[in-house]
Amino acid sequence: MHEEHETLPEVEALLEAMTEELELLFERRELDRERLIPVGIHTGGVWVAQALRKRLGLEEPLATLDIGFWRDDFGHKGLPDGGQGSQLPDIENRDLLLVDDVLMSGRTVRAALNELFDYGRPRRVLLACLVELPGRELPVQPDALGANLALAPGKRIKLEGPDNLRLTLVDTGEVTA
Amino acid sequence: MNLFDLSQASADVRAASPAQVQLDEQGRLRHFLDIEGLPRSVLTEILDTADHFRGIGDAEVKKVPLLRGRTVANLFFENSTRTRATFELAAKRLSADVLNLDIKTSSAAKGESLMDTLVNLEAMQADAFVVRHGDSGAAHFIASQITPHVAIINAGDGRHAHPTQAMLDMLTIRRHKGEFAHLRVAIVGDILHSRVARSQIQALNTLGAAEVRVVAPQTLLPIGVETLGCQVFTELAAGLKDVDVVIMLRLQKERMDGALLPSESEYYRRYGLTRESLAHAHPDAVVMHPGPINRGVEIESAVADGPRSLILDQVTNGIAVRMAVLSMAVSGQMKARAERRGERSRGAGA
Repeated sequence: MHEEHETLPEVEALLEAMTEELELLFERRELDRERLIPVGIHTGGVWVAQALRKRLGLEEPLATLDIGFWRDDFGHKGLPDGGQGSQLPDIENRDLLLVDDVLMSGRTVRAALNELFDYGRPRRVLLACLVELPGRELPVQPDALGANLALAPGKRIKLEGPDNLRLTLVDTGEVTA
Repeated sequence: MNLFDLSQASADVRAASPAQVQLDEQGRLRHFLDIEGLPRSVLTEILDTADHFRGIGDAEVKKVPLLRGRTVANLFFENSTRTRATFELAAKRLSADVLNLDIKTSSAAKGESLMDTLVNLEAMQADAFVVRHGDSGAAHFIASQITPHVAIINAGDGRHAHPTQAMLDMLTIRRHKGEFAHLRVAIVGDILHSRVARSQIQALNTLGAAEVRVVAPQTLLPIGVETLGCQVFTELAAGLKDVDVVIMLRLQKERMDGALLPSESEYYRRYGLTRESLAHAHPDAVVMHPGPINRGVEIESAVADGPRSLILDQVTNGIAVRMAVLSMAVSGQMKARAERRGERSRGAGA
């Protein structure tokens, strides 16, 4: 059961929790952090990935993923606005740390995995998310998570950055029954 | 016999401008028929989208799933191997199913009218038609006659327009020279018969190029070309002076008849782009050509294959631009259809 949050948590504290979880995961799975490629999903995921890369002392440059052309809602929403483009190194047989800011339905992560596999076949993909919201539509679960949150109807969460990362509530304007 | 005659089109069709036909009420692209009348924001969106599609070429699987389950029909009433190949590749890279129809040698030869052919293709539930036709205005006519949810992309019509070629040239220029505001661009060659030149001049002006020049012998310049928004030069050296971009056009050898030109060698001597004539341009000037090249007629091999040539880059950019235009137009059609459905269901519920 999710607790509805009136005030949003500090991003620093969430990053701290994710770092600890990932440190343990690296140890348990005997991951070579010097070879691990951090991959942020545009836009918020890139900011979180950058922060985690620094905290975890990862050596590989930050890779970025724009999933706009791999989304499954083209039929409803059409082309995404203002794409950023993806910047990926050779990911064949590499371990990746895929990072996003908010996990909800799981469709963004699904699109990201589809895109990644169009660029090569990674050995392992770990998933780290700053916040998870209820509303999962696909079997996608993070390996490291900052916090589980529940929001009032018609509210969404947004990460503001790139400096001084902070979470804010936004009104979706959706009418709920 | 002409397969198509605009004079037979209805007054309504002729009255609607390409800009009215190709944009919806929200200013989204529904068809891509002509550069004329399109705002800078739409041209910039095409270039930005194409820029992102260029990255797909670096992937192991050079495809995105955007148009999966959609059908793109290439309707070529006129031959063009290169344009058709890049449109086919663009549609396939968007995961669409592609039908290639050489209309000139199929239905029409059996006596079927253009409209009958189109109605049959519509019944096959195609989502986009890529149209190449020898008559000016053909794509516009089809866009006005076809059911509203099929996107029409002009792949060259008569002497009128070749908007995707112009946009791939714009993408090539932007990638090498940045923004257009300080650029001087010279378009050299057979302006009279070139649908590309007309679209290029319009695109450069809309994107804010500092100066657009056309350079050609008097016999290969259309009357009133300066009204398109360009400076006219009949001497190559003067026309190339200090330009940042030189776009050479193919000399259409079939146009040599009718005494438009004395001879190929005379043309090459006066208007051919050689290392010597290129020296008149800015030292960093780049050279472009839509292809296919007539080596030793409009351009010297050493220039066409030289370090300042962007000719092969243009081919790569052609796929990205056609992916952008196809996905934007199909997306515009789908959004419009979804909105119409929404309006109908709201109407039914009221």
